[in-house]
Amino acid sequence: MLDVLIVDDSAAIRKILQRVLRQTELPIGTVYEAGDGAEALETLRKQTVGLILSDINMPNMDGLEFLTKVRAEQAWQKLPIVMVSTEGAHAKVLEAVERGASGYVRKPFTAEQIKEKLAGLI
Amino acid sequence: MTAEQDVATPIAQSELVQAIRTATHEVFSMMLNLELTPGEVFVEKEEAVPASGVVSLIGLAGPWVGSGSLSCTAQFACKIASHFLDTQYEAMNEDVLNSVAEVTNMIIGNVKTALEDRLGAMGLSTPTVIYGRNFQTRSAGNQEWTVVPFLLEGERMCVQMCIAPNPDSAKKAPRGGFPIPHVLQT
Repeated sequence: MLDVLIVDDSAAIRKILQRVLRQTELPIGTVYEAGDGAEALETLRKQTVGLILSDINMPNMDGLEFLTKVRAEQAWQKLPIVMVSTEGAHAKVLEAVERGASGYVRKPFTAEQIKEKLAGLI
Repeated sequence: MTAEQDVATPIAQSELVQAIRTATHEVFSMMLNLELTPGEVFVEKEEAVPASGVVSLIGLAGPWVGSGSLSCTAQFACKIASHFLDTQYEAMNEDVLNSVAEVTNMIIGNVKTALEDRLGAMGLSTPTVIYGRNFQTRSAGNQEWTVVPFLLEGERMCVQMCIAPNPDSAKKAPRGGFPIPHVLQT
């Protein structure tokens, strides 16, 4: 089973992403949620997940800082992390990739776009 | 190059309107499966808000500063949430407010991305959603709001923005090597 961590300060987006995950053919197990990068790191230290979907613009700790901290840990270097964000500037996408993002989906997104991105990763 | 030449070339109102229309259409068609009809654009000196309903506000900051907002009736907000979350909402609640906040975030966020090539990188605040009756909102400053209405099944929603050069980025020292004393700063 694939346990997933969704990181977004929008409860609505977390609901939507969870619904989309359950519509994929992936064997989705437990879906954990976090409202910012700091909360997500706490969750990662307690739970083992096989996929992370993370926003960028969040209070407390943003998605890029969260990404950097995750990739700094040996155990999490190969963990698939897909950024899901309104930030669409090329420089921002490039920064996410340079910090270790496995993929990037812009908001707004369709369920198909999320499914296609995950199919290429998992 | 003088300080005046450092200020970014202003964007035309038509560019702002196009960016708002494109972003709103994308969000509503891709995530809510709703097709909006664009209405006639107008300019307001003060933010156009309903006497009652929902207003969702986001700030922008950088070389340009401003605000963006989405305003609609409570019924329209419930329609947004129902389509966004694929669940029927008949009355305002936390899910409806969260949905309006995120829809606003995506619309204004995508407008920001569209304008950043011209205006420079901008930061976006987290949205604030206000719901109630007989309220007014005011933003400090003297900028005009570009209001872009949209119609859906006889109901109206407005996405509006005001944006202007950041006055702080135009400040300069009187001469190189002489910092402005705090007592002289305006």
